[in-house]
Amino acid sequence: MANDKSVAVLGVGMHPWGKWGKNFVEYGVAAARIALDDAGVEWKDIQYVAGADTIRNGYPGFIAGATFAQALGWTGAQVSSSYAACASGAAALANARAQILAGLVDVALVVGADTTPKGFFAPVGGDRKDDPDWLRFHLLGATNPTYFALYARRRMALYGATDQDFAQVKVKNALHGLNNPNARYRKEVTIDEVLASPMVADPLRLLEICATSDGGAAMVVCSMDYAKAHGYDKVVTVDAVTTVTPTFPNTVIEMPNFSTDSSKTVAQAGRTFRASIAHATYEQAGIGPEDVSLAEVYDLSSALELDWYEDIGLCGEGEAENLLRSGATTLGGRVPVNPSGGLACFGEAIPAQAIAQCCEVTWQLRGQATGRQVEGAKVGVTANQGLFGHGSSVLLSR
Amino acid sequence: MATKTQAAVDGFFDPAIPALLGTKCTQCATVFFPAEETSCRNPYCTATTFDHITLSTTGTIWSYTDAQYQPPPPFVPADPHVPFAIAAVELAEEGIVVLGQVAAGFGVADLAVGMQAELVAETLYSDDDTDYLVWKWRPVKEPANG
Repeated sequence: MANDKSVAVLGVGMHPWGKWGKNFVEYGVAAARIALDDAGVEWKDIQYVAGADTIRNGYPGFIAGATFAQALGWTGAQVSSSYAACASGAAALANARAQILAGLVDVALVVGADTTPKGFFAPVGGDRKDDPDWLRFHLLGATNPTYFALYARRRMALYGATDQDFAQVKVKNALHGLNNPNARYRKEVTIDEVLASPMVADPLRLLEICATSDGGAAMVVCSMDYAKAHGYDKVVTVDAVTTVTPTFPNTVIEMPNFSTDSSKTVAQAGRTFRASIAHATYEQAGIGPEDVSLAEVYDLSSALELDWYEDIGLCGEGEAENLLRSGATTLGGRVPVNPSGGLACFGEAIPAQAIAQCCEVTWQLRGQATGRQVEGAKVGVTANQGLFGHGSSVLLSR
Repeated sequence: MATKTQAAVDGFFDPAIPALLGTKCTQCATVFFPAEETSCRNPYCTATTFDHITLSTTGTIWSYTDAQYQPPPPFVPADPHVPFAIAAVELAEEGIVVLGQVAAGFGVADLAVGMQAELVAETLYSDDDTDYLVWKWRPVKEPANG
């Protein structure tokens, strides 16, 4: 379903997710080398490097594009470095795509990698009483799982979601990721095991909240003309990338804020911020959720995956539990969600994660997702949301 | 023993009332909490002047959870950590949902989506001579019959 705004994906690569404790640059370079090999493109021929930044690894992380370029060997390529929290990878891909579509470059490398601390993500240091991310920890003790749990509890109250539903999402994703060589957690779990894990933020338990991981992911993307001229046949294409902000008034409480906008003076948009993310992608690609073969969504918690079913249009509001229970989102079902295993099996490596979603969709569309293949996959969509209002969604097809 | 009390952070709430401190745009009347004092965030408004207001002190629980594990700094924990509940409360008049810890003594079992809650001031943490106060939400129980 390529269109006149499509770019070709020549290669993808990942460094396995884990808690390796090495420098993030190592993961990014490893992923880049795999993507370049997969593409059959030499590093010296890359004209543009789009890095996705990490904020927990000092200055090299803030200028990740240049950091990776230097590590691969300076070539004089154009460079950019993007930070958009969890959406950083999509922001980097959006940069590369825009450069290609503008005709400024033909072939680009997109890379993101992270080395993460153990435990809850904490705000960056200092006494910063004007930073909502600092204030929510200081005044409220509101961690990231606090927000995931607020959404989960609301699903239970409004739509009748149960503890078993949330656990079932984890069971499903654990099964999906069992044979994924890049996944950190490759172990089946049962509903009882999930429900027996310690409560972290009621109603969410330890096995329902994604961990923080080290990892790296990369893509080689190019113009359709470049792909054709170099003899690539039947390539995967990126048909849409969106990085939307919320629309005022944003009336759903969002990390890291401790209040919403007021709904009283401006009419609310027809859809919530999360729903607007994939909607913008479908609109750009000129297709709809009914055309999607699979989705990779940001399951920061098992319950949040259910919100995404509705937000990416796989079902109507309040219908996600039934969609899950029907088996439609499990491998073999109508539209498998997170066939990679999702964050449940990976944990979150922030700047790499949106790129990793695209890597998985690419493998699925090529029929290379051994052990977790969605049969006959033609279109895949990704969705993700970055702190402070960064949407991220990519639509790929073959 | 602490002898003084003060708000844990200036400008967010007045512990004496107690009430949250916000602003209202002088042109479009949009209410902001935390207070917006520089430039109106309604995209259709360019006002730069605001009236200072206090927000409603009761609302409806939009959702709730708790913190079974000790949050990282800059949270100042009790030693040992005492789990506490957190609620998101919708203020009808302002159309704003505000997060807050739930008052001491109340846990998730005492809460429900749609329940009323009222704002109280409680100690967030203390040092040698001062109790630092924060707003919290206290569930309002319907009076039990019989």
